[in-house]
Amino acid sequence: MMSVLPYLFAGWIFLAGCYGLATSRHLVHAVGCLAVCQSSTYVLLLAVGYRDGGTAPVFSDLKPGSRPLVDPVVQALALTDVVVGATVTALLLALVMQVAKRHGTVDPDELSELRG
Amino acid sequence: MSRRLRMWILAVGALGFAALFCAACPRLPAFGGDSHPYGERAVRAALAHRTANVVAAVNFDQRAFDTLGEESILFASVLGTVVLLRQTREEREVPPAPARVPLPVRRYALLLLPVALVVGLYVVAHGQLSPGGGFQGGVVVATALHLLYIGADYRALERVRPVGVYEIGDAAGEGAYLVLGLAGLVAGSSFLANTVIGYGTFNTLASGGIVPLLNMTVGMEVACAVVVLLARFLDQAVEIEEESGR
Repeated sequence: MMSVLPYLFAGWIFLAGCYGLATSRHLVHAVGCLAVCQSSTYVLLLAVGYRDGGTAPVFSDLKPGSRPLVDPVVQALALTDVVVGATVTALLLALVMQVAKRHGTVDPDELSELRG
Repeated sequence: MSRRLRMWILAVGALGFAALFCAACPRLPAFGGDSHPYGERAVRAALAHRTANVVAAVNFDQRAFDTLGEESILFASVLGTVVLLRQTREEREVPPAPARVPLPVRRYALLLLPVALVVGLYVVAHGQLSPGGGFQGGVVVATALHLLYIGADYRALERVRPVGVYEIGDAAGEGAYLVLGLAGLVAGSSFLANTVIGYGTFNTLASGGIVPLLNMTVGMEVACAVVVLLARFLDQAVEIEEESGR
C-alpha cells in the first residue's frame, strides 16, 4: 500500500481540482481550481522520481557517487510544468478580466448564453 | 445544463478516472524504488559536461530544445496577456494617486529590495551549481522591483519600470537563446548542442559550457516577462478606468 499511496494522492488532488472546476461560481475560483489540478502532476512526477534515502541531484556540496540521488529528469519536467502552469494562469486571469468587462459577471452559470 | 446533470456527469467521470487510475498505479514502479535508468544516465551526462546541478544540465543541456519551447510558451502568453489587457476605447488612463505607506512597511520593503535583487541575480548566476536557475531567479528579480510598489507607491514603480524597455528585454532574452542555439550549428554540431565553449572546471562559476549562458538569457526573459505581466495587471487595477463610470 505504501508503495502506491503517493500516486493515489496525486489522483485525489486532481479529482479535488475537477470537483472545484465543476461546481465553481466564480471564474477566478475556477482558475485556482485548474491550478490545483495541475499541481497534482507535480506530486505525481516527484513521486515517480523519488528514491528511498535519496538526496537532491546537485553536486555543489556532494561528492559524486557518495549518496543515492532522486531522479533529476522528473524534477526538470516539474520545473517545466510549473512555468507552463504560471503562464496559463496569467493568460486565463487576463481572459477573466475581459469577461468581467464585456459581460459584467464572473459567474460561469450566468455566462451560458453566448452573445455576439 | 442544469446543476444536477452536471454533478452526475462529474460523478461518472470522476469514478471512471478513479477506477482506471487505481488500476494503473500498481503497475507504476514502486514509490522510492531503486530503478531510475533515465535519472542515472542524466547524472552521468551532467558530470561528463561538468555541470554540478543535474537539473540545470537536463534543462539547458540534454533537453535544451524543450526549454526553448517552454520559454516560447512564456513569451506567447505574455504577448496574449498584453493584447487582452490593452486599454480599450471606452476606458481612460488616470494618473495613480500618491499613497501613504505605513513607515515600517516602507522601511522594510526598501531595505529588502536590494537584498532580493542580489539574491535573484545570484540564483540566476549560480544555476549551473546550486538549485535555481534562470526561471527561478528571474521571478525573484522581478518580484524585487515590485517591492517598490509596496514600499512607496505606483508612481515610484513606474519610474524604474518603463514597460517598453522590459518588453524589448523579454524579446531579447528569447532571441539570445536562439542565437546561442545557432552558435551550436555554426560550431559544426547540432542546434543548441553544448559544444560551443569549453566545459570549464567542475563546481566553479565557469562550468557546464553554455548552461550558464542559457540560464542568463532565460533569467533575463523571465524577469522582463513577469515585470510586463504584472505591469498589465497593475495598470488595470490602478490606472485604467471606464469612461462613464466613477
